[in-house]
Amino acid sequence: MIGLAQVYVLAGLTFTAFALLSARDASNPRRFANTGFWALLALSMLAGDRLGDFGNGVLVVALVGIAGLRGLGKGTGGSAAEERAANADRHGNRLFLLALVIPATALAGTFLFKQFPALVDARQVTLVSLALGVVLALGAGAAWLRPAPLVPLEEGRRLMDAVGWAGILPQMLASLGAVFALAGVGDVVGGLMADVIPDGSLLGAVIAYGLGMALFTMVMGNAFAAFPVMAAAIGLPLLIGEYQGDPAIVCAIGMLAGFCGTLMTPMAANFNIVPAALLELTDRNAVVKAQIATALPLLVVNIALIYWLAFP
Amino acid sequence: MNYWVLSGIVVMVTGFVLRFNPLLVVVSAALATGVAAGLDLVAIVSAFGKAFNDTRYVSVVWIVLPVIGLLERYGLQERARGLIAGMKGATYGRLLTGYLLLRQATAALGLTSVAGHAQTVRPLVAPMAEAAAEETGPLSDAEREQVKAMSAATDNVGLFFGEDIFIAIGSILLMKGFMEQQGIILAPFDLSVWAIPTAIFAFLIHGFRLWRQGRKLRQRGAGA
Repeated sequence: MIGLAQVYVLAGLTFTAFALLSARDASNPRRFANTGFWALLALSMLAGDRLGDFGNGVLVVALVGIAGLRGLGKGTGGSAAEERAANADRHGNRLFLLALVIPATALAGTFLFKQFPALVDARQVTLVSLALGVVLALGAGAAWLRPAPLVPLEEGRRLMDAVGWAGILPQMLASLGAVFALAGVGDVVGGLMADVIPDGSLLGAVIAYGLGMALFTMVMGNAFAAFPVMAAAIGLPLLIGEYQGDPAIVCAIGMLAGFCGTLMTPMAANFNIVPAALLELTDRNAVVKAQIATALPLLVVNIALIYWLAFP
Repeated sequence: MNYWVLSGIVVMVTGFVLRFNPLLVVVSAALATGVAAGLDLVAIVSAFGKAFNDTRYVSVVWIVLPVIGLLERYGLQERARGLIAGMKGATYGRLLTGYLLLRQATAALGLTSVAGHAQTVRPLVAPMAEAAAEETGPLSDAEREQVKAMSAATDNVGLFFGEDIFIAIGSILLMKGFMEQQGIILAPFDLSVWAIPTAIFAFLIHGFRLWRQGRKLRQRGAGA
């Protein structure tokens, strides 16, 4: 059965290629730091299950040591703008077809693979489809554009260098969430929140619930971590219990109040920090700043919706 | 209650404000909270290592980079700009509002990985938005940066406030699972229906901002 294991092998091989190609990038002053970083990530993808918990922990410490203490470098190479413009004229709009191979495969795979649970792990359909899309797009691209064999990996390595250490930040934050959960951080925050609500005020409780959901999401970088805490501290005992609110509305819109928090925090790295790196913006918080003016009014709307809709 | 476990949160906030390398900040936060919870060093490193190994799927998305890199080498960004520049009426506001609607609609059907920052924003949406904004005059560096950041922001808003309308998305299942443990049975459909009002407001609020930003870019072009 095809599942995460095969996807991890593909990812491991890709990171191995990034590591090897970094080593020969003479334009990068810290090329061996990059090699070490991507090689460790490749090792994690290929052999993570055999390293043991402590071994994986040491691997993380080494990754952080390379990126945090010495820093990664960037090469200066890349294709010339004139060359790209000439290529664009030559290949025309068919380039879009190739660009749509990955989304189209993700789309088709998501529906199709669910019919074949024996072939593809049903829980991992999305990632398997993504990986298949990559393989198909590379195959089609090689057949049509006929690049030199290393061009896709070399260009991929260049983009990976532009992202740099931010590339593993989402995974690191997800892991931090697990350590926080182990230490009981959520229970403590929930307890504190429950203490600040004025007695007998429905509006006060709704505001504390919505704001708490957004604020705790900002701290954890993830509404999934905030939801159980806020629902247990305020949602269940007060809004649903004492004030008889509709549980579906309290939950659904409460979660969306949390999503407003996701828009406003650098902790949600994969949505907010990674795109800033990927788009090569000079301010790494530029995406967060662009989102605040949408997130704040929407948070107010969510709190108002809970107040009006959930309580008959 | 052991309030010391919150030290990790303090470390996170301080570290981000002081702009230390976020990877170092994350590990320091895990260390602070772990020690406060009475764990020894080996236990903390092991817990973090196990979680890191269990969440590798988060970093799998980078396998798309060789494809995006190849397409960019063959001029995809230039082509995307050319397509928009050749279209009459493809204004900045209309373009990103259209993408917002498309992203919300596909996410509502559960197709969250069809688009994304690596798959669509960098190769297609951002260059198209730049080209549309340039229709009314050249962009300053700050404006270019703002247009790119807004392209990424539009992707996020569309994804977040579309996906919860789909009944089998992670957050819906999380809510259902959590409430079930508390003895309240919720149907995924009831939860997803109540994501619709917020989705509409998200479209109106963000769409209004895009329209206003587009108007500002146009007026600047006319004034120059």
